[in-house]
Amino acid sequence: MQAFRYLRPATVEEALGLLEEHGDKARLLAGGTDLVIELRNRWRTPEVVVDLKRIEELRPAIRVEGKRLVITAGTVMGDLERHPTVLERFPALAEAAAVVGSVQIRNRATLAGNICNGSPAADTTPPLLVYGAEMVIASRTERRRMPIDEFVIGPGKVALGPAEMVVAIELPMDRPIAAAYTRMTRRHGTDLASITLCCGVDSKGTTRLAYGSVGPRALLVMDESGVLADPKANREQKAPVLAALFAKASPSPTSMRAGPEYRVAMLPVLGARALATALERLGKTA
Amino acid sequence: MTETFHLELTVNGRPRSVDIVASHTLLDVLRDDVGLTGTKECCVVGECGACTVIVDGKPINSCLMLAAEADGAEVLTVEGLAPEGRLDALQQAFLDTGAAQCGFCIPGQLMSARALLQRSPHPTPEEINEALAGNLCRCAGYEQIRAAVLAAAGEVQS
Repeated sequence: MQAFRYLRPATVEEALGLLEEHGDKARLLAGGTDLVIELRNRWRTPEVVVDLKRIEELRPAIRVEGKRLVITAGTVMGDLERHPTVLERFPALAEAAAVVGSVQIRNRATLAGNICNGSPAADTTPPLLVYGAEMVIASRTERRRMPIDEFVIGPGKVALGPAEMVVAIELPMDRPIAAAYTRMTRRHGTDLASITLCCGVDSKGTTRLAYGSVGPRALLVMDESGVLADPKANREQKAPVLAALFAKASPSPTSMRAGPEYRVAMLPVLGARALATALERLGKTA
Repeated sequence: MTETFHLELTVNGRPRSVDIVASHTLLDVLRDDVGLTGTKECCVVGECGACTVIVDGKPINSCLMLAAEADGAEVLTVEGLAPEGRLDALQQAFLDTGAAQCGFCIPGQLMSARALLQRSPHPTPEEINEALAGNLCRCAGYEQIRAAVLAAAGEVQS
């Protein structure tokens, strides 16, 4: 690894000050499960590494504030997969968090880091898209919220300015969506997904599908016709609606993990499975 | 220019105070500065689990953690399982079931298994599979490793 200074600010203000001072020579460190690899391989060579884990405000916490579930930027996957409110209200997020890496990775990797890293295969992006999550972004002058659908741009790219950071991710609790997460991998444990997929249905009959690892970023699409959420509609009726929702998939032809034809063929299979689970969950909450 | 960091942590119950290079990982520091080479370096990308140690009660990949991040932490390495030179129940079970073949992955397997038994003293085979999914064994001794953890379950003091 190239030498760098290790700094650990005590407050968000201090961390933002370091970002302003050092510009692109600084890199934020949350869980480190991506960054430390990038540092070792010299894919990134910052002069200053800013560790966020000593910032009180960002310490792992999942709490209800009004009509939102607030997940601080220091919250790791292991916290999410076991949290009672997440399991009860946002089970697809718990399911996605539970399949990231391994136990060791989930004890370090943060939800905010998973999104900010901008991987098209990030497991937690699809459920956050389906649930309508917002990123809480801090700069020296303001705090703003941005829907995750606008925040995620492409491989390694998110809508974060050079002197900004994500301090929390919020999920609306007043929009009940029954959702399920599924993925396709070659092996269980420490594998990147060839497809990530979350399906959510609400009581109005709207179905939301978010899928990743089949293009530069995870996509959110919707069926507002009510066909997918209709318990009386059969498989033949649902198939063309599902197929249309997957039309934008554009898997890389050079990826080692799975060929594009296979991924495209498996998308409706995973979609139908997640839809069935989501409908089952909707039935239980109704 | 080498950036240094003054690190204070507890390793296997013993307080340690070391001046380290800021860019070194916990794995580097455990092996090279503290001199505990039971923790193995292998893939260095968090996929194989050979470098697994327990930090503040949780198993982590020490190759993916900067040593500076462990400032103030309590670290348990494989050496800490047998402080008196006597194997603990988990290690003995690995020996009895022939779970260790070449042995390279075993320190990591032991630490993941130890952490599992601390949070779930009587795990199911599925729980063991999940807890050890991040520990690869190139000798493919998975059946014996799982048998060893099952055998040790209940005998390990948390």
